[in-house]
Amino acid sequence: MHGQGFFFQAFVYLAAAVIAVPIAKRMGLGSVLGYVMAGVVIGPFGLGLIGEEGKDVMQFAEFGVVMMLFLIGLELQPPLLWKLRRTILGTGGLQVTVTAALVAAVGLLFGLPWPASVAIGLTLSLSSTAIVLQTLAEKGLIKTEGGQTAFSVLLFQDLAFIPMLALFPLLAGGGHGSPEGMQHAEEATHATTWVSGLPAWEQTLVVLGAVVLIVVAGRYLGRPVFRIIARTDLRELFTAAALLLVIGIALLMTQVGLSPALGTFIAGVVLADSEYRHELEGDLDPFKGLLLAVFFIAVGASVDFNLIGENPAMVGLLVFGLILLKGAILFGLGRLFHMGLDQNLLFTFALAQGGEFGFVLFSFAEQQGVIPTDITSLLVAVVATSMALTPVLMLLNERFLQPRFGTREEVEREPDAIDEESPVIMVGFGRFGSVTGRFLRANGITPTVLEYDSDQVESLRKLGLKVFYGDGSRPDLLYAAGAEQAKLIILAVDEHDRVRKILETVRTHFPHLRVLTRVVGRPEAYELLDEGVEHLYRDHVDTALRLGVDALRLLGKPAHQTHRAALTFHHHDEDSVRELGKMRHDRAAYFSAARERISSLEELMLSELTAEGEERDAGWDTESLREDFGEGSG
Amino acid sequence: MAETTLKTLILFAHPAIQKSRVNKVMAEMVWELPGVTFHDLYEAYPHFGIDIKREQGLLLEHDLVVFHHPFFWYSTPAILKEWQDLVLEHGWAYGSQGAALQGKKMLSVITTGGRESAYQPDGYNRFTIRQLLAPLEQTARLCGMEFLPPFVAHGTHRMTIDEMKGHGADYRRLLEAFRDGRVNLDRARRLSRLNADLDSIILG
Repeated sequence: MHGQGFFFQAFVYLAAAVIAVPIAKRMGLGSVLGYVMAGVVIGPFGLGLIGEEGKDVMQFAEFGVVMMLFLIGLELQPPLLWKLRRTILGTGGLQVTVTAALVAAVGLLFGLPWPASVAIGLTLSLSSTAIVLQTLAEKGLIKTEGGQTAFSVLLFQDLAFIPMLALFPLLAGGGHGSPEGMQHAEEATHATTWVSGLPAWEQTLVVLGAVVLIVVAGRYLGRPVFRIIARTDLRELFTAAALLLVIGIALLMTQVGLSPALGTFIAGVVLADSEYRHELEGDLDPFKGLLLAVFFIAVGASVDFNLIGENPAMVGLLVFGLILLKGAILFGLGRLFHMGLDQNLLFTFALAQGGEFGFVLFSFAEQQGVIPTDITSLLVAVVATSMALTPVLMLLNERFLQPRFGTREEVEREPDAIDEESPVIMVGFGRFGSVTGRFLRANGITPTVLEYDSDQVESLRKLGLKVFYGDGSRPDLLYAAGAEQAKLIILAVDEHDRVRKILETVRTHFPHLRVLTRVVGRPEAYELLDEGVEHLYRDHVDTALRLGVDALRLLGKPAHQTHRAALTFHHHDEDSVRELGKMRHDRAAYFSAARERISSLEELMLSELTAEGEERDAGWDTESLREDFGEGSG
Repeated sequence: MAETTLKTLILFAHPAIQKSRVNKVMAEMVWELPGVTFHDLYEAYPHFGIDIKREQGLLLEHDLVVFHHPFFWYSTPAILKEWQDLVLEHGWAYGSQGAALQGKKMLSVITTGGRESAYQPDGYNRFTIRQLLAPLEQTARLCGMEFLPPFVAHGTHRMTIDEMKGHGADYRRLLEAFRDGRVNLDRARRLSRLNADLDSIILG
């Protein structure tokens, strides 16, 4: 059935995803489990729609992990990353070394030679970045203490992967044959690198140089280049540039022998405080999502049920043992670093599995002759099974363990590592928006601002404001700006057509957002009223009235009375927009009503000034009282 | 002896509710009470643009008018004074033609920083609360309304959360009793403040 070309493959993967994920979501299982189950169903041991090529697909789809780390980097500003350093090196370092040592000890007990035991220990100490982060993100747990610690440990594992790759040939050769080993290591990562054959210290220099290059280029080159691209107003060009950036860094990292995920993560952090952050997020997110989906399906498809079927007890015991051992170590580390019980459980259940790097390391170890083939295929099955079980374990933790502990931490209390989303999104930051924005900021609410004019963005950023480049009518961009968590959206752009487009997007995708809209004039206001927008602010009405008040005062009218007259006028004017808006399609009725409104308002104001006719604020007038008193007494 | 049931309008005035401790707790106890209309004047009229017609309409719909506010300078916060000046119009609320409010009742619900002992002839404030409320009492009288003894939460400067909640619960209990016609008005009229002895004036 398989092997019928790219489109058939794509069809199978996409169909499996589209069918399985809504079902899994409906059952409250989360998308990751849905994808994995879809993979099992269409895989060689299910319907057989995809075959052994699943492994190649997985390697391709791992690029989704690279993108995910770039996007995570974008959310994590350098000072916040610096705060996490102790968790990354401390918790992460201990997790890898302790797990590797204990697993190796188990290997020795089973009678394996020591090089094989060490190789297995190192490989099994790694967890699955893709599954863990995606599951945490979906449940909104990344910002919790447990989520942050899990993330830090995964980051350390990413760092540790490449040295492991370099170490395996040494294990095979019993301590010598390093150059040859590196050669093989490069084969395993599918590339002959620039640093091949260089002495170790030069390699180190090249690696450091590459990292410095990413940081410096990101800082000084990234923004001007993105600005030039933004000026072309071609959205697909921006997407292309974003993809180019990520793929370019991944290639560079592979060339110098570093993990591509790590490289893009650093680039993400460097660009985290740039104005193009939300646009980048919006552009790359669908790619990341699709690639990860394919990756999870491939994980499901690669679980070797034949092997499991041959010795189910063995595989079952190993999976159980692996999860138990890793879990115990993680729990102990959580204790050591004083995590609360609920957070510690989250951390423990999240990371107690094998990872996708395991597949690479095992096949490499096999080539090197470090571990015999029968053992690696068994362990690959164990790793794949444990990965497939991770969402299940996290679900069990969430459903059955967490409810027993009332200490569940509120996400709001953890403002640390990833910056909080603002409750207000503001589109447009020109003459109008800047006043509203500054006022909100002065009152402790800093809105997330989206502005379409890249020159304007640049100059506002120089003033230290948090302004992002982008068109507010794109759902992905609004999403990246935090529209799901926000309460209000303020539309302060002057082009009416854009207001309507944004409004449409908000209505369709984020109906919970309350909309406050600037409108240019009456006709525009009528249209928006028809669409049910409640909070409308017509340009210039307030300023024009303030000018009018000052004019009357210069003519000698009393200040307080004039102020109240302006209030009345404003109130009346707003009412009339709403009333006339309803009847504007009937021209005759519209004009007669308009005439009536205008004349009644003028009469009202006039009576105020001449003290004739119907009185307003009569309580401040003693005229009737004097008459009454006069009648009463005389 | 059952009294008639009273529909209650609370005119609440606190210019900085976020800084309020006692009034906030008390207001929260009654603002969704069935049969009671809670009307926050500073929230309704941030610019002091009081809608006189609307206010008069509200008064006509209710039988008991509550002024609920902190006792700023022995009087009401500014907006409630403005409300009196503008809403209680001559020829409508008082005067030879003004009889719109005849027979209604009025109740002051106030909070004071000082203790009750400070509001005595020999105390720090030299006058009793009832004496200091004379302008409001006479305003009610001139409009043909009966001014009831006030509900006073004294000593807010050193009030514990539990005491605040206690006043809130009393406030709610009193308004529920007015609503259901369970207040013995004869006994109530003899008290210096209604919350001095709620048990004696609430029936059932």
